[in-house]
Amino acid sequence: MRTRYSEDQQAVAEAFGELFAREASTDAVRAAEAGCGFDAGLWRTLAAAGAPGMAVAADYGGGGGSLVDLAVMVYEWGRRIAPVPLVEHAVCARLLAAVGGDWHRDAVAAVAVGELIATLAPGPLDSGGVARLVPAGAVADVVAARRADDVVVTRSRPPATARPNTADLPLADRDLSDAQTVASGAAAEDAWERALSEWKALTAVAYAGLAAEVLAMGVDYTKQRRQFGVPVGSFQAVQHGLADAATRTEGARLLAFRAVCALEAELTGKPTPPIRARPWPERPVSAANKSGKYTAATHPGLSDSRSRSEAGRSDGGRLASMALLFGAESARFAADRALQYHGGYGYSAEYDVQLYYRRAAGWLLQLGEPSAEIARLAQNDLGPKATEAA
Amino acid sequence: MDFAMSARAEEFRSEVQQFLAEHVDAETIAAGRDGTIHSAALHRAIAERGWLSGAVPAELGGGGMDPVELCVLVEELQLHQAPADALGVAVVAVSMILEHGGEHLRTAVAPRLMAGEALACLGYSEPESGSDVAAARTRAERRGDRWIINGAKMWTTLAHVADYVVLLTRTDPDAPKHRGLTFFVAPLDADGIEIRPVETMGNERSNATFYDNVVLGDEWRLGEVNDGWAVMKTALKYERGIAGGQFPSPPVIEAAIDWARGACRADGASLIDDDEVRHKLVRAAIDVEVCRSFAYHTAALASEGAMFGVEGSMTKLFASESYKKHCAWFLDMMGAKGLLTHDDPGAHMDGRIEEHFRHAPVTAIYGGTSEINRNLVAEGWLGLPRSR
Ligand SMILES: Cc1cc2nc3c(=O)[nH]c(=O)nc-3n(C[C@H](O)[C@H](O)[C@H](O)COP(=O)(O)OP(=O)(O)OC[C@H]3O[C@@H](n4cnc5c(N)ncnc54)[C@H](O)[C@@H]3O)c2cc1C
Repeated sequence: MRTRYSEDQQAVAEAFGELFAREASTDAVRAAEAGCGFDAGLWRTLAAAGAPGMAVAADYGGGGGSLVDLAVMVYEWGRRIAPVPLVEHAVCARLLAAVGGDWHRDAVAAVAVGELIATLAPGPLDSGGVARLVPAGAVADVVAARRADDVVVTRSRPPATARPNTADLPLADRDLSDAQTVASGAAAEDAWERALSEWKALTAVAYAGLAAEVLAMGVDYTKQRRQFGVPVGSFQAVQHGLADAATRTEGARLLAFRAVCALEAELTGKPTPPIRARPWPERPVSAANKSGKYTAATHPGLSDSRSRSEAGRSDGGRLASMALLFGAESARFAADRALQYHGGYGYSAEYDVQLYYRRAAGWLLQLGEPSAEIARLAQNDLGPKATEAA
Repeated sequence: MDFAMSARAEEFRSEVQQFLAEHVDAETIAAGRDGTIHSAALHRAIAERGWLSGAVPAELGGGGMDPVELCVLVEELQLHQAPADALGVAVVAVSMILEHGGEHLRTAVAPRLMAGEALACLGYSEPESGSDVAAARTRAERRGDRWIINGAKMWTTLAHVADYVVLLTRTDPDAPKHRGLTFFVAPLDADGIEIRPVETMGNERSNATFYDNVVLGDEWRLGEVNDGWAVMKTALKYERGIAGGQFPSPPVIEAAIDWARGACRADGASLIDDDEVRHKLVRAAIDVEVCRSFAYHTAALASEGAMFGVEGSMTKLFASESYKKHCAWFLDMMGAKGLLTHDDPGAHMDGRIEEHFRHAPVTAIYGGTSEINRNLVAEGWLGLPRSR
């Protein structure tokens, strides 16, 4: 088991860490907020560095990197809350490369090199065929969505204005009424679920980066700021809040990368050996097992997982959902502690903590309601409710 | 980066599962309810299998089991609720002896502990010192080639069934507190040692131990005189691999699911279909996966030979605090029936959740309290100034 970056991954982390630190300063983040939450110059720089297609197959002009390599870069992106839709784009590019072979091959290639920006609409289309509040909808040239049993794609001019929102994300409504079908039936189902799982896992990784950075801001500030003649960071109440945030942040990072690794392993046909997917049995045990004895036979492995149509159906999908929820919660906690320990300045527009605080809420919610994600996980782990089964 | 168990580690897991299916049954678990979370038969069987000596680092003369496999062993023991508190203590004691002990301890004591023939217990804490373990006052004075021990230890768990106590003493009361400490491994049948039970809110029984002019030859000394703090640091290092505690919640979640499948709300709906119950079960499952991620990560670091420190504190902090939360959630879910103990024939699954509810608080206290772990994270991970 290896839980640390390889040398190559370390190099990716360093290169993109430097790039984002240089090109995506908080000044750049603020400048993007004045527009639609997008920094076109940064996007061009990233495209030149091969970032948008890093984990797209070489056949399509991508870099052929793995999901894990991509995640290493996404962590650095998350640390800088960089105003470019890197995750949406990368996930959509991989989806199109997987299913969209016949859909304008040249368009997919243009997506892979970042000439076109792509995104997914995670929610359903409304009756008029419009997707509401599409992440990166303000700037994406290509939008993929789910329509009935199909995966559909449209290429159209982005509005370049966002609907004003808490996190200053480039959210916009997009008309997909003339979108073309690129996959149907089971193939569409699998590809779409796979894309959403990648999106969740990568967002979880980004959250770990966000949390680590906002925590570092809290730590730095409390080392400098003095009250009662001492740094406020020497007060134990403050230290313990930051220590809890650090613990959750590290836990979120590990779970997120574990989810990414599990998804990658499923793709390469080397699924992680069935680390007991759920450490408890699914069926009632008390009848057969009055003593409460815990028997190995009652542990379901991966082979037991349910029909592929259920969310979180695979270990990777399950871990991705969990990592997203835990990552979002941990990042919000870290941002909350960092803001709190900045005192009034943390609440001021001038300090950077608030930029992180708002994005910590936004990244999760643009994907949908957390309670729905929990309900999907419950269905996966516990089976459907009587009402759901009916 | 792959976060993947090797095929060998998975094979090892099946081996452990098979072993535990044979050696841990309801009776073994129930036997732990007398307060002593130890089964002599299980302990010996584990030792015979080579897993006790295996957990001792190879460079010290142990089996040098891969830390990831050791982690799997600890995980399975906990999932099976095996009463194996003595295992970790034995591994720590043997490792300390092999690293710091003289001829006598290495030849007369360590092999017996490794074979599972003898048991050790840890005498660090005292009535007046716990978190501040270096403030120990139990006195050891040199008289010629012997040592005279006087004092009291608190929370000497397993002392009533053990053969040896790893004893932290003060040999120089005038030196700064970290510089006047010396370790001994004392045979518990020595004259002048008294053991009194300390009952707890949970099922575990601990002990207060008293040392009244106990005479020990120098061969029982562990490490250099006044260098006890250095020995203590290595003890904490060895404890990390085997201490367990990273996987406390699954048996509770298992029981909670079982209860929820069988119980109904006032309106007749099955509890397993209740949204709040489902959400809590999912939240708990997420916490379990976080704990496993932490545990596998620290094990993987150890197997690469990398030292880890603060990660161990984070793991314990997160695991014990989330475990307490889960126990409270699922106790509440059961209402009045949740209160029934295993002595009541109507208790659900032998009163498992109730029992864990009473056990959970101690996991945030022993082996370093949550507050101490937060201090360690604040200082060691975040670089904040020492707060004490
Ligand atoms: C069931 C049980 C079994 C045990 N088994 C053993 C054993 O086998 N061998 C052994 O040696 N010991 C054992 N212990 C003792 C255990 O290690 C101590 O209880 C633990 O280290 C805490 O010490 P204390 O109880 O003296 O609490 P104290 O140290 O007095 O702490 C009281 C409170 O103050 C807090 N506190 C203390 N210092 C700080 C600080 N610097 N910053 C912030 N908060 C602080 C603590 O977190 C705690 O909340 C056992 C304890 C129990 C309950």
